[in-house]
Amino acid sequence: MSKLCNLTVSETLEGLCKKDFSSLEVTQDLLDRIDDFNNLNLITEKIHDNAIMQAKASDNKRIKEETRPLEGLPVAVKDIFCTKNIKTTACSKMLSNFIPTYESTVTENLWKNGAILLCKTSMDEFAMGSASDTSYYGSVINPWTNNFDKPLTPGGSSGGSAGIVALRAAAVALGTDTGGSIRQPASFCGVVGLKPTYGSCSRFGIVAFSSSLDQAGPITRTVEDSAIIFEHMASYDIRDSTSFKRKPFKKNNITDGVKGLKVGIPKEYNIKELPNEVKKIWDKGTKWLRENGAIIEEISLPHTSYALATYYIIAPAEASANLARYDGVKYGYRADGPFDNLDEMYSKTRQEGFGDEVKRRILMGTYVLSSGYYDAYYLKAQKVRRKIVDDFTDAFKKVDAILTPTAPSTAFALGEKKDDPISMYLNDIFTVPASLAGLPAISVPAGIGGDGYPLGLQVISSSFNEEVLFKVAQCIEESASFKEKPKILEGK
Amino acid sequence: MEILNHKTIKGNSGVWEIVIGLEVHAQVTANLKLFSNASAEFKSLPNDNLDLLDLGLPGILPVINSIAIDQAIKTGLAINAKINKRSVFDRKNYFYADLPLGYQISQFKDPIVGEGFLKIYRTDSTEKIIGIERLHLEQDAGKSMHDQYADASLIDFNRAGVALMEIVSKPDMRDWDEAGAYVHKLRNTLRFIGTCDGNMEEGSLRCDANVSVRRPNDKLGTRCEIKNLNSIKNMMKAIEYEAERQVKIIENSEKIKQQTRLYDAGQGVTRSMRSKEEAHDYRYFPDPDLLPLVLSSERIDKIKKTLPELPDELQNRLKKDYELSSYDARVLSAELEIAKYFEALAVGRNSKLAANWIITNLFSLLNENNISIKESPINVKQLGELIDLIEEGVISNRIAKEVFEEMFDTSKSAKDIVSKKGLQQISNEDELENIIKKIINNSPEQKNKFLEGNEKIKGWFIGQIMKETKGKANPSMVNSILIKTIKK
Repeated sequence: MSKLCNLTVSETLEGLCKKDFSSLEVTQDLLDRIDDFNNLNLITEKIHDNAIMQAKASDNKRIKEETRPLEGLPVAVKDIFCTKNIKTTACSKMLSNFIPTYESTVTENLWKNGAILLCKTSMDEFAMGSASDTSYYGSVINPWTNNFDKPLTPGGSSGGSAGIVALRAAAVALGTDTGGSIRQPASFCGVVGLKPTYGSCSRFGIVAFSSSLDQAGPITRTVEDSAIIFEHMASYDIRDSTSFKRKPFKKNNITDGVKGLKVGIPKEYNIKELPNEVKKIWDKGTKWLRENGAIIEEISLPHTSYALATYYIIAPAEASANLARYDGVKYGYRADGPFDNLDEMYSKTRQEGFGDEVKRRILMGTYVLSSGYYDAYYLKAQKVRRKIVDDFTDAFKKVDAILTPTAPSTAFALGEKKDDPISMYLNDIFTVPASLAGLPAISVPAGIGGDGYPLGLQVISSSFNEEVLFKVAQCIEESASFKEKPKILEGK
Repeated sequence: MEILNHKTIKGNSGVWEIVIGLEVHAQVTANLKLFSNASAEFKSLPNDNLDLLDLGLPGILPVINSIAIDQAIKTGLAINAKINKRSVFDRKNYFYADLPLGYQISQFKDPIVGEGFLKIYRTDSTEKIIGIERLHLEQDAGKSMHDQYADASLIDFNRAGVALMEIVSKPDMRDWDEAGAYVHKLRNTLRFIGTCDGNMEEGSLRCDANVSVRRPNDKLGTRCEIKNLNSIKNMMKAIEYEAERQVKIIENSEKIKQQTRLYDAGQGVTRSMRSKEEAHDYRYFPDPDLLPLVLSSERIDKIKKTLPELPDELQNRLKKDYELSSYDARVLSAELEIAKYFEALAVGRNSKLAANWIITNLFSLLNENNISIKESPINVKQLGELIDLIEEGVISNRIAKEVFEEMFDTSKSAKDIVSKKGLQQISNEDELENIIKKIINNSPEQKNKFLEGNEKIKGWFIGQIMKETKGKANPSMVNSILIKTIKK
């Protein structure tokens, strides 16, 4: 029998159901895999004992025949989800001592359905980054790295979650996506990453980065797994005023394929800087869909080129206010006193507690909201955001889904763009438009680039229409038949 | 020259007119805070009324408490204002230790209530309409305490997140009396409809005053905002002081600097807190955690139907139903408790007499002792008994006042005081005649003057009779018996 850690979500659930193995056995196997690759820095703090305890409890439930849909399934959780009585740091020194007394709605939904917490995964500090290199606990390394002298980034901000799934140290990991933080790392790590429609998954208990954009989603190795987990994550939640009473998503509603579906190819995404290998994968995706009966149409999303700038105004603006609560007064990190006055306590605490990228975004956000600049930046950005939403609304009158590359490149070396924030921000160029419009989008591994690293394709659909998204994604998945694994797993 | 019917500042260079606008912060009467599930109760142990949001914990989101919204709508309707069917909550960003989120959730561009007005009475009893610019909802902050330890400050977050209504007037008031009348009227209205208890001492009603001066009817001068006004009296004093301060500055050929000033009630002065340049840049933007608040006409109409009688309506009704003068009706409707007291007292009695007793006698003693009608040591039943004794002729008005004062001090019943002290009126004709005879016989000189036609001396005799009877002689009988007896 192959190692349990290599099983997908559906395989794990099936095996558990048939009692081929116990939750404890799967959990132990996954924890061993995590321990074998400590050097990748995928998790924040080991909570193995807690996972083992929960696995045993779940196995007891199964014996008592009290099984629930996800009974015994270990789930890795990005360290941005508040987990009751378990340290939640958002990979910031500011929250390095923070133990929530409450559970996020999304994780609570999973635990209620029988899943268990495997570990908390590393990320960019407060989810701000595209390389998982801004964490207070050090950079995360992509398991696809061949040369450990020059380790690769797993992408970010959900780099630990994407990496742990690629490493087969978890069949599923939760991430959050603000401008591409699930999809880009999924592309870099050769896994499936879903950003659901804004309002589908409650934001309650998720450390906020940018409230109008943040959305939780699963990272898995198959599209089917993604749908299974999404079904159990999503819920209407009165504790989140932006949560939406949508028609419940049911994985079983995804029956037929893409035949007859109209898929749009937005011409504005064909930027001149697009590397040939990315263009080639995109063309392949188009071909696969056409071969399976989809109708391909070129479409226009005219305001695409403004999306990145818009995003980097709105997200930092909201972040600058969302992070104001970390002042050393009530919880979290406080610099050592004594202080002459309150302002000194604030500035020392925030100077020491936040990393450079977080500070950069707080500064940008404060600037664009300042009197005299508000109209030129924040208000203008909101207007452009509206235009981007309208672009998609118009497009979805013609097509059912949109196909684009997920990221403009394969994974790059850690540190490569560290001192060049603009080129780092360019990573999000294909993912931010859907974020700004609140649309669901998924990244599916579609092939291997010239450097031997994975490349993903992104599917976007209209709001609350994840069924279509999954149909198209499944078609890409089947056609691409992506079987490659990180080299470090050879023989494992 | 136009005659100004409001108070002005008389400077060395002539007359200056004061322009006043008021911002009133009223704590909404509601069981819960504006966006969290913590209790909004005032009297609790420090940091007892807290929900996760009130400490700004990560990932905790605000959810609108619909009761606070209904209260704001109700208030908007009571101040004759337009209810905005779409309003937006914004973040007002600033750092302070007792502001747990690092921003206050408030309403900036799109408040829940738009323009309205209140009618006030000036000291000369003329009416004036004071415009209201807007009413918006916002969160209160916590409370910092700096005086408990030398090296630390303490924070009580109980108040953090409690719903406040900020009611902004137009700069329509022209002197401190008008400002005082406006706050009285507003507080009264809020209490009538039960949306704020109006208690300034406990801080559930707070007031900031914007004050500027100008030549009568000239364009507006530079204003200063005065904070820390914890009573109507102090607000009025602060406005007067501030206006005089501004006139002195201008008459010294200096310019008024726009600034925020604090009132020091002990010294009776205002002091600069921060200048315009030092003012916060609040960086308002719509709170992305909350969707715009959309109100249906049905909801507004439903609340409209729950509105109780408002002060102006009550005043009109008292005037009409009890045949009171405009003045009496206005005074008796100035507070709900007063009106309730009056209406209970007037049942089955002469309403004019009841009104007089409250306005003239009860108010003067309440004011002297600085207590409210709610705490009055004489309740409706007791005062009613006293009035009945007068009406039945048992005691005279003069004696009644004495009895009233004793009732006020001891809370004893009127009947007890009257019988214990033997204060019943002497209405027995023979008894009165005997007393009067004795006085006349002892005063032959005065008797002669009277008989010579000196009418003034009659008053002296009546005084003597009252002195002799300790005021108990029935005044309506004394006159005729005196004349009858003296002419014998």
